[in-house]
Amino acid sequence: MNSQKRNMRNGLLFISPWIIGFLCFTAYPMFSSLYYSMTEYNLISDPSFVGFNNYKQLLFEDDLFITVLGNTMYMIFVGLTLTTVVTIFIAILLNTKDIKGISFFRVVFFIPTLVPFVVLAILWIWVLQPDSGVVNSILGLVGIDGPGWFSSQTWAKPGFIIMAIWMSGNMILIYLAALGDIPKSLYEAASIDGANVLQKVFHITLPGLRPAILFNSITGMIAVFQSFAEAFIITDGGPDNSTLFYSLYLYRNAFQYFNMGYASAQAWILLIIALLMTMTFFKLSKKWGFED
Amino acid sequence: MTLPAAETNHQRDVHPNQQQATTLRKMNKKLNKLAVYLILILFSLAFIVPFVWLISGSLKSSTELFADPPIWIPEVLNWSNYTEAFTAFPFFLYLKNTLIIVFFTCIGAVLSNSLIAYGFSRIDWKYRDGIFIVVLATLMLPFQVIMIPLFLLFKEIGWIGTYYPLIVPHFFGNAFFIFLLRQFFKGIPKELSEAAKMDGANEFIVFWKVILPLSKPILATVIIFQFIEAWRDFLGPLIFLSDNSHYTLSLGVQQIMSQNDPRWGLLMAIGVAMTLPIIIIFFFLQRYFIEGITFTGSKG
Repeated sequence: MNSQKRNMRNGLLFISPWIIGFLCFTAYPMFSSLYYSMTEYNLISDPSFVGFNNYKQLLFEDDLFITVLGNTMYMIFVGLTLTTVVTIFIAILLNTKDIKGISFFRVVFFIPTLVPFVVLAILWIWVLQPDSGVVNSILGLVGIDGPGWFSSQTWAKPGFIIMAIWMSGNMILIYLAALGDIPKSLYEAASIDGANVLQKVFHITLPGLRPAILFNSITGMIAVFQSFAEAFIITDGGPDNSTLFYSLYLYRNAFQYFNMGYASAQAWILLIIALLMTMTFFKLSKKWGFED
Repeated sequence: MTLPAAETNHQRDVHPNQQQATTLRKMNKKLNKLAVYLILILFSLAFIVPFVWLISGSLKSSTELFADPPIWIPEVLNWSNYTEAFTAFPFFLYLKNTLIIVFFTCIGAVLSNSLIAYGFSRIDWKYRDGIFIVVLATLMLPFQVIMIPLFLLFKEIGWIGTYYPLIVPHFFGNAFFIFLLRQFFKGIPKELSEAAKMDGANEFIVFWKVILPLSKPILATVIIFQFIEAWRDFLGPLIFLSDNSHYTLSLGVQQIMSQNDPRWGLLMAIGVAMTLPIIIIFFFLQRYFIEGITFTGSKG
């Protein structure tokens, strides 16, 4: 056997667990999900083929689906945008020259991402308690009458956004790493030209962070689409469906109403939306690349 | 440093009050730094306060819990929440179940991902990089898309209600870990493998005797990540476990929360008990952890 062939065989052998896993736990489920999405299947009787009915029903007849999609998009466009701004801001601060105790700060910002989801729920139900919660009592100190958060239709989603920002430590770390890769000489040159802090941020820092922003936006978007436990435990979709997010509704259809076919169709729409948004993010990122 | 550049700048500058300008600039720099620290400390407080609140809540009596305005330090430290946490529900059984899952998924993650990453980094073969793109693409696949058929598949083969669905897939690779290990393996000099091969070692021996021993830090990173992931998980156990006696801590806690009148002091005590071990582990191993992430980030 020549070395090229031997390498091919060895390479395939080494990655064979992945190939088996991919076929069994990714590819097969994806295709069967596509099949189930065109059936009615309640786990008791056999799946019966209904063509695109589930999709039609989801897109044109199911009012809840629109609500769910709206709630989820709110979390992406408002929530993820805010998270991005805050995490970049913190990362820039942490990247200030010879700051003391940087490892302490990194630990502080990262710890929330380690908390089990149930504990997260317990924690934030209490932090955002309308009367006796920390946040509202601090707001009270400056004379603001805090909202009911998770019990309010308007404020439940912002409540989840605050929680998401609190858990965004790994985004901060990724931005911090990317900041370290921006050449110092660029800032020095800008200083000589008399650029102020804001000009440096907009003309050097943000363009330099573009790959990291793209990475965090895409993984962040997928995370929003997947986020389930928090809303399931804290609000169970309420009040008045204002926190019924995509995954929660999908879970309900599948494991509470046992509409496996309908839930599968929902999963495929999710996949298509996620793909389209990923492509848009890539395009936007490239476009911004040309402009600066 | 900016010193040389600043110097030339000064030379060009024909400012009458040069001395004064430099002092001003220095003061400005100090003020800026002070502001940076202040904002950082404020943000850190915001990140820490919820934990303090959880701990203080776990030590409160039920009347103090609902006090308005809130009480930060309970009058009497009420440790009974903690002692009751172990008796109010089968804490140790659920802990054992959680640890079983954590243990086996960690083993699976280390074994499978190191093998796979070796094949993607230390051997040159056709299609390798093309297939690797498929690996990365699976990172963007939301779990919800495969969740239902996986459930149906596991139901078909009688795995629902067992730990298998939560453990077995981890023996077949995880895109994030493959990526992490591949980056690390690529950094190990080729000469090391070649020398071993000269001595007659085959590819597996090189992997086992040369690469793995050099990769302890990154393997530690994988173990910690997997530990946290399995320890935090909620959706997996919720879907795949059916019998109370198999429940993980997360499911047990959720069960208490969904009772009509959940005992919040108790829940907070359990919350502290579930989080503290992770934070302690994290403090000891944070170097691996943060390097693992930042490393990925900068190459991502």
